[in-house]
Amino acid sequence: MHFIFKTRYEQDISLFKHSGQRFWYAALAVAAVAAPWLLSEYTLSQVTFIGIYAIVCLGLMLLAGFTGQVSLGHAGFLAMGAYTEAYLQANGWPFVMSLPMSALVAGITGIMIGLPALRVKGMYLSIATLAFGFILEQVVVSAEGITGGNAGRQVGKLTIAGIDFDDGTNFYYLVTVIAVLCVLGVLNLLRSPTGRAFVAIRDSEVSAQSMGINLAHYKTVAFALSAALAGIAGALYAHKIRIITPDQFGFLQSIELLMMVVIGGLGSIQGAIFGPAFWFLVQQLIVTGKDWLPPALGQQTGLQPTIFGIILIAIVLFEPMGLYGRWLKFRTFLEIFPFYRKGMFKRQKSYMKSERMK
Amino acid sequence: MTAPMLEAVNLSVQFGGLRAVNNVSFGVWPNEVFSLIGPNGAGKTTIFNLISALYRPTSGEVRFEGEVISRMPPHVVARHGIARTFQNIELFEHATVLQNLLVGRHCHRHTGWWQDMLFTGSVRRAELEFRRQVEEVIEFLDLQHYRDSMVVGLPYGVRKVVELARALSMRPRLLLLDEPSSGLNTEETEDMGFWIEDIKADLGITVIMVEHDMGLVSRVSDRVLALNLGEVLTLGTPQEVQSHPGVIEAYLGGTADA
Repeated sequence: MHFIFKTRYEQDISLFKHSGQRFWYAALAVAAVAAPWLLSEYTLSQVTFIGIYAIVCLGLMLLAGFTGQVSLGHAGFLAMGAYTEAYLQANGWPFVMSLPMSALVAGITGIMIGLPALRVKGMYLSIATLAFGFILEQVVVSAEGITGGNAGRQVGKLTIAGIDFDDGTNFYYLVTVIAVLCVLGVLNLLRSPTGRAFVAIRDSEVSAQSMGINLAHYKTVAFALSAALAGIAGALYAHKIRIITPDQFGFLQSIELLMMVVIGGLGSIQGAIFGPAFWFLVQQLIVTGKDWLPPALGQQTGLQPTIFGIILIAIVLFEPMGLYGRWLKFRTFLEIFPFYRKGMFKRQKSYMKSERMK
Repeated sequence: MTAPMLEAVNLSVQFGGLRAVNNVSFGVWPNEVFSLIGPNGAGKTTIFNLISALYRPTSGEVRFEGEVISRMPPHVVARHGIARTFQNIELFEHATVLQNLLVGRHCHRHTGWWQDMLFTGSVRRAELEFRRQVEEVIEFLDLQHYRDSMVVGLPYGVRKVVELARALSMRPRLLLLDEPSSGLNTEETEDMGFWIEDIKADLGITVIMVEHDMGLVSRVSDRVLALNLGEVLTLGTPQEVQSHPGVIEAYLGGTADA
């Protein structure tokens, strides 16, 4: 157990709380740099996917986990990023310019989708974003000139400053660096007034207003940033997958993204990374495990969604804080061994909350 | 002769067929403790919501230091220096006490989200300054012990104090307290009384409060406004109001049929 002796206010706003954290994150950084030598080409490619999905999940976490606005249309923002990147690149834009542009286009779309959020809340907002997702998918199908319609669109070779980034190792580094920068940006937001305003809106809109927080402004910012992160991920996704079709950005994709965030643990940055990592790991296990199962079960079409559905139900029932919550418990268990008690993380039931100001 | 700090002029609000507040006028002088009393449904909290602009008046207006605030959005009203607490505690539950208080500094921020994202030098300096100011409030209300606890795990009495602390972190000029002693035990209510006196005397903040505990009301208030069914019964010192026949009737029921 770490007992941190605080002597300066700076300690509370620094990204690393103590030297132990600094050590482990440094170790993680070394592992990330060494990964191409340690992992097979296929595994590295999967890790790259995790990085890309971690960026989207980070955006969704900011919106759903920290601002409390659940979006069921995030695949739409991913699509905006992917198609903008594919289109701009084909028109000769260098990546260093087309990537921010993809983020910008997705961000502006996010603002437009965020507009209903200023009026509707909770479930109704989710339905509105869901509708947006469907609309955008249809737009992508129809706008054949730009998107190639249902046939899909090829994405050109990615070279930056003469270096080939379609190569697995280089692309892995590119994704990792961008993902780390995104994480740092979100961490900075969350330790500053903007992040606190998001959390305030999530927990009580009435008192957030009375504290001087402009709800419309901060909800719009949350939507824009979340969508921009999805846009960045979309651009990287386009280069990773190389042929993009509308069905990759459908309703199922949105649901999967939300599931990743919930499984990872709503309201934690780590959760946005644990979620997709766990997702790809389980997916891999299912693919490998299929051959071991009796054919009647292993060849079932709905095997993967069923398993993920069961996992989601289990998480919601037994670990509402997701994988990150589970990890916190495990860490506490080790730190204070053998004094861990079963009910340590259990919260006492709150008193009845009146609904009169909603 | 100075003007009142806060002035309600012929304030009325109607929800469908219900006139919750009917033609209420009063003025609150700088640095006084002004209490609103009345039986349930008298319109006390509704008046609070009108002052902090969560509701729009059907007619009439609220002026703060000469400016009409009843047509502004709520967050702009807060920036004018009006802070409030809620009857049913509206804290940010999944955040620490410290974070809750720092939200109170929100209207004094001057950095944008893009600066926050890069955590520039000015954001860092502002954060440290906010922290210093919030620590003063923590010391004032003896919350040191709870600084890093999540609100969701705190007992009711402490939450009540945290909410007061959050309002004070805004460094308001006018503080609205909606039933500050509800749900508190005798000892906690006494502490609350001391704090309200200190808020007035040491911090120079004007306080408007809705309160049912007449002991607390007569101890800390300079003037009391008694309401019933959305209308003003009487306005005066705590003693005057308590002995007013209309107030006794409103609380204890009609004497006409006795």
